[in-house]
Amino acid sequence: MDYTATQSGFRQRKLQPNMRLRTSLVDGSEGSQLFEDTSGAASGPQTGYSNQQAGPQAAGFPGQSILSDPMSNLAMAYGSSLASQGREMVDKNLDRFIPISKLKYYFAVDTVYVGKKLGLLVFPYMHENWEVSYQQDTPVAPRFDVNAPDLYIPAMGFITYILVAGLALGTQNKFSPELLGVQASSAFVWLIMEVLAVLLSLYLVTVNTDLTTIDLLAFSGYKYVGMIVGVVAGLLFGRPAYYLSLLWCCVAIFVFMIRTLRLKLLSEAAAEGRLVRGAKNQLRMYLTMSIAAAQPIFMYWLTYHLIR
Amino acid sequence: MAFTLYSLIQAAILCVNAVAVLHEERFLSKIGWGVDQTVGGFGDEPGVKVQLMNLVRSVRTVMRVPLIAVNAVCIVLLLLFG
Repeated sequence: MDYTATQSGFRQRKLQPNMRLRTSLVDGSEGSQLFEDTSGAASGPQTGYSNQQAGPQAAGFPGQSILSDPMSNLAMAYGSSLASQGREMVDKNLDRFIPISKLKYYFAVDTVYVGKKLGLLVFPYMHENWEVSYQQDTPVAPRFDVNAPDLYIPAMGFITYILVAGLALGTQNKFSPELLGVQASSAFVWLIMEVLAVLLSLYLVTVNTDLTTIDLLAFSGYKYVGMIVGVVAGLLFGRPAYYLSLLWCCVAIFVFMIRTLRLKLLSEAAAEGRLVRGAKNQLRMYLTMSIAAAQPIFMYWLTYHLIR
Repeated sequence: MAFTLYSLIQAAILCVNAVAVLHEERFLSKIGWGVDQTVGGFGDEPGVKVQLMNLVRSVRTVMRVPLIAVNAVCIVLLLLFG
């Protein structure tokens, strides 16, 4: 948690010079400004602005007295306090439904992590240590641990999949802008159904795991990478290339999911590979296998109509 | 394949309706899924069947009243917009 605070603080400091540059540009060009400058401090060149002010303001009042009037100061102060109260309330209630602070953890990524993770999704056979490292009970941010789930790759993968699907449909002369929306909502609905099915089955098998809903969303979103690779290969090199690359990515995702979920769902002994008897462990094994097997099925289902 | 979010919502409403109409004593007890049959199995490992029965019972308890409102809204929307 400390790392993310300093990193985001660093990023904010980098943003501010840009903002300062923008406002100085606006102040500099007096003749052609894009926004009305209603600050009370700019008292000198007021006459230059009077052409561009709104009608009711220019009707007989010099520009200064509106803003130095005590009543309007009071009104402005009251309005701004009301606005900040409203924003606090919205933030508090929004935080109850969508945990924004928890979401930030999943987007704390950097280029090295994304590169390594993409490599892992396509070639997971050489990686040896699949455990997520913890830092005093909280999982480490994805930036520092390549095994941690993140939401950046699934989100970007989803958007790229929709764009690539539009491209593929265009090569079949079936494209129209509404089709993009249809593809997007279709894929989104399948994603939601898959996450709900996994949640239901986790509840039924009474697995004590620390997998959150967002984790499941992240794991289900990793298959978009394989789908994109398959469709792009199919567009570039034809149907055999599509089938070959899809097969490769399906097997890779299958192995990836099994190795990742094995540590989270199965008990300690079974996760280390020792053979453990018992109906419960068997159920958990079947659950892991079926979650992993659902990924290739979805990958094929969502892409076969794109390559004809 | 042309799913929209609205069709997902409709499917969810239909599924929850289906679970809500299962009558406790006329049907569930007859097939061995009644509430009184969940007690067996001490220890911390309720099986899949017990979990499923608990799920059915809790969905029926929680969703009975909101389903009235949701169904009414759905019917009005279907009548208006087809």
